Amino acid sequence: MVISDKEVKDIAQLARLELNEQDLAAIGFGLRQILEFVQQMDAVDTTNIEPLAHPLELDAHRRSDEVLETNLRDTYQRVAPRVENALYLVPKVVE
Amino acid sequence: MEWEAVIGLEIHAQLATASKIFSATSTAYGAEPNTQASAVDLGLPGVLPVLNEKVVEMAVLFGLAVGAKIANSSIFARKNYFYPDLPKGYQISQYDEPIVTGGCIEIQLQNGKLKIINLTRAHLEEDAGKSVHEGFDSSTGIDLNRAGTPLLEIVSEPQMHSAAEAVLYMRAMRRLVRYLEICDGNMQEGSLRCDANVSVRKTGDLTLGTRTEIKNLNSFRFVEHAIQFEIDRQIEIIESGGNVKQETMLYDADRQETRAMRSKEDAHDYRYFSDPDLLPIKITDDYIRTTAAALPELPVQKRKRFVEEFKLTPQDADVLCEDRAVASYFEAAAGESMGNARLCANWITGELFAAINASNLHIAASPIAPKALGILVSRIADDTISGKIAKQIFEEMWKTGLQPDELIVEKGLQQVTDDSVISDLVDKVLKDNPDQIGQYRAGKSKIFGFLVGQVMKLSNGKANPKQVNDILKKRLNSEIN
Amino acid sequence: MSAYPETVAEIATALAKGEFSSVEITRHFLQKIAAHDGRLNSYITVCEEHALTQAAAADTLLQGKVAGPLTGVPYAHKDIFCTKGIKTSCGSRMLDNFIAPYSATVSERLDAASMVLLGKTNMDEFAMGSSNETSYFGPVINPWREETVPGGSSGGSATAVAARLAPCATGTDTGGSIRQPSALCGISGLKPTYGRVSRFGLIAFASSLDQAGPMATTAEDLALMLNVMAGFDKKDSTSIDRPTEDYTRTLNDPINGLRVGIPQQYFSSELDADVAAPIRTAISELEKMGATCIDLDLKHMHLSIPAYYVISSAECSSNLSRYDGVRFGHRCSEPRNLDDLYCRSRSEGFGAETQRRILIGTYALSSGYYDAYYRKAQKIRRLIRDEFQNAFANIDAILGPTSPSAAFEIGQKLDDPITMYLSDIYTTAVNLAGLPAVSIPAGFAEGLPVGMQLIGNYFAEAKLLQIAHQYQSTTDWHRLSPPMQSGVD
Repeated sequence: MVISDKEVKDIAQLARLELNEQDLAAIGFGLRQILEFVQQMDAVDTTNIEPLAHPLELDAHRRSDEVLETNLRDTYQRVAPRVENALYLVPKVVE
Repeated sequence: MEWEAVIGLEIHAQLATASKIFSATSTAYGAEPNTQASAVDLGLPGVLPVLNEKVVEMAVLFGLAVGAKIANSSIFARKNYFYPDLPKGYQISQYDEPIVTGGCIEIQLQNGKLKIINLTRAHLEEDAGKSVHEGFDSSTGIDLNRAGTPLLEIVSEPQMHSAAEAVLYMRAMRRLVRYLEICDGNMQEGSLRCDANVSVRKTGDLTLGTRTEIKNLNSFRFVEHAIQFEIDRQIEIIESGGNVKQETMLYDADRQETRAMRSKEDAHDYRYFSDPDLLPIKITDDYIRTTAAALPELPVQKRKRFVEEFKLTPQDADVLCEDRAVASYFEAAAGESMGNARLCANWITGELFAAINASNLHIAASPIAPKALGILVSRIADDTISGKIAKQIFEEMWKTGLQPDELIVEKGLQQVTDDSVISDLVDKVLKDNPDQIGQYRAGKSKIFGFLVGQVMKLSNGKANPKQVNDILKKRLNSEIN
Repeated sequence: MSAYPETVAEIATALAKGEFSSVEITRHFLQKIAAHDGRLNSYITVCEEHALTQAAAADTLLQGKVAGPLTGVPYAHKDIFCTKGIKTSCGSRMLDNFIAPYSATVSERLDAASMVLLGKTNMDEFAMGSSNETSYFGPVINPWREETVPGGSSGGSATAVAARLAPCATGTDTGGSIRQPSALCGISGLKPTYGRVSRFGLIAFASSLDQAGPMATTAEDLALMLNVMAGFDKKDSTSIDRPTEDYTRTLNDPINGLRVGIPQQYFSSELDADVAAPIRTAISELEKMGATCIDLDLKHMHLSIPAYYVISSAECSSNLSRYDGVRFGHRCSEPRNLDDLYCRSRSEGFGAETQRRILIGTYALSSGYYDAYYRKAQKIRRLIRDEFQNAFANIDAILGPTSPSAAFEIGQKLDDPITMYLSDIYTTAVNLAGLPAVSIPAGFAEGLPVGMQLIGNYFAEAKLLQIAHQYQSTTDWHRLSPPMQSGVD
């Protein structure tokens, strides 16, 4: 599977990672290597096999509809980079 | 009309649980920013989601109410994208295996005809937080109180063909979820909102035109205007030789127009995959059966029954069935009204609604109990009191909470129905108003009303108006003759 | 020779008897850390004050004779577990400034057992690595030979225990991250059955593979630690609601009649001859103790690495999306717009290997490639799981080397991801299947430790530890520790 430079850039954008031109070459090379490596999986025919998401086929437990959390805003916002008027700040988002 | 609009709605109903879908945080509306955002809601490193069982119950109830298929096993999937109001960088939703598939709902069109709108599916997901722009120059503030609130996304087939139809569908859906008590349908608070998918095509054409999606419509008025605007906009584009672009739109309520969203979309590559932190939702047939037992009579069924059983007009039935509490009130009142259901309906939609609206109450808080209203209605029907007197009694009942019969007796408001008594009153009035008799005979038929009024006044409003009418008519005609 | 006992069991017994106090032994380890860790770099944060406070509280319990089995015993905690009020970095610049506002369930259980937190150990960034060279806080040194790696991602915990800078430690294992460093450092490490130990507060790498577990010098110590760590947690949807047991109860049961499977695929060309030798000796040891060794054919085992890399990268690419500079963690300075905030914060905060895996994962899930990569990997996962299940129909445990080679040189594999990934050749299949596995010292290869891995069926931790304990009753590998430079010992 050949992955083009453009594809690498698109993937980086999807993942919100910045890639400069130097990185692009190295990352592209690394990705291609790895993708080639994982192609070993194609050696096995898995047409009639169902994917397995969880190794143990468990039954999820659900919680009852109760409010147990209290207001810990101060605690949680202590680790926030930028807060104003109790709101988390980001550069202005224009819709 | 050479053009046909094709509309599908995706309605987001906020489920009325006490806690969020994956965390034990309160969902109460109106809290101070970020006071209802726990570690799980904030997506802090290491936190994990745990499903709220009530959310499953509500989704199953909905599925049953619309006659849909309920999946014995359904999966939560991650919808991956970056946005500040989405703390984890993905939304936990459902993709390949939703909890509810298919189903339908009946809507009543303006001309009285019924139309079935089919549903594609309904699935569970978590809501995102809110962006706040006011008060900031070059920043946006993020409030995550709403992040994690449970949503049921209800997807309709593209089977509506006008903005009006879309509104009717949304109204019907709102009524249904309120009936089921799974959503309070409060659109101002955002409990119910929709995205509308709109396209147009030449009438008779079987292929679908390019559609646009108008996001986040949270009032019926906006739904109607936005869809209509979009239909018109698309038609104009095509008629002037252009092509409709597939875009995501917002409705600008101030300008009353739709416009394309400015944010660059990542070609919608959400990279859905089943959420490894959650296991499949298992729903047994037994569970479905038990939940089905909790289904209330649904609005469509109730409306039909009201028309058949109580001989109400479809319009009255509609109004009374809009809210389950009102419908219950009506039935209880009708039960006490000695078979005068229609009159009950009038009194509820008239006097009672006026009173509860003026006092800003919900019908459940009405100081007049349904049975009391029913009795009042039966007293009108059996001529104990006139309709006019009944209004006085109604006000007294509202203020004092006393029973109608108590008040009738206390205030001596029983109707006078004795013919001989009424005759005496009529005679007196005629004697006191000789000129008017002459005017009446000369052709001024309006004088009749004046004379009736005089008799009513003389009887302190208690004379039976119909009898007054009959007797007065007889007298006047006989005197003529 | 140390004046203090080395194992958890011995320390616990001594504390109960009052031979020394928790404060004393805690000080002892803190001094060793101060003397040696500048060189080894196994700790990111040493919690001196906190540890002594906890130790003092433990002493009160010990004096009042109301102590639990591990009260007052010090431990090192992998810096992937949230610890309230204490820096939790996950080995990354992204969380260099993160003081966790809550504690992981595992952290709470260790606190509730009144154990003493010595510090948070170094690790490969976001648990991605097999050498502890990707940490923002510098590589960890294998105490057996300074130029070599301790293995990863729980390299800090492994080194700390091997160098006796802690009697035990916690680790996490997604593709071998407890077992492989245990093997390279000559200690014992257990990855429990998936779901046996809570993941709440364990900073996620690959959610369907991650599992927390104990690292120590003996199987008995692992059992004692597991008793504290294991258990159902309703805050974790993937936690198993199944009663735990006393994992020490059957340690002393003999193993004759035990059926041990040896996959023929393990002894292939990838395996260093120097590593193969001690493993074969260990097999003989077990046979002497009455075990029967049976050949196994696990045809699809080699596919576990590509499947593992696709699945773990896919899950991590999503798990790491929350690191965006908004609510916690690293934020770039003066972001020009939202996109810049995200891209720069993330590119500055994440190291190269982490970024590489995020890109692979994003690619594997992206439209057009999902079926070929992610879905395919999940099908391979089922094949591997089923293959193990078939094998366990006839055997009690699977035996083999933990790692194809002993500790390699720092820098040797860092630029060659594929070679690095192949270090996990014996371990990743276990995570894909969710099975429990333990690595224990089995000898040396040119002076460097060699570990042997035992894989059990679901919830067979007690059996695995029993086998390991029996092996450790007749061998001495687990007692050996590297000679430390002069200083406090």
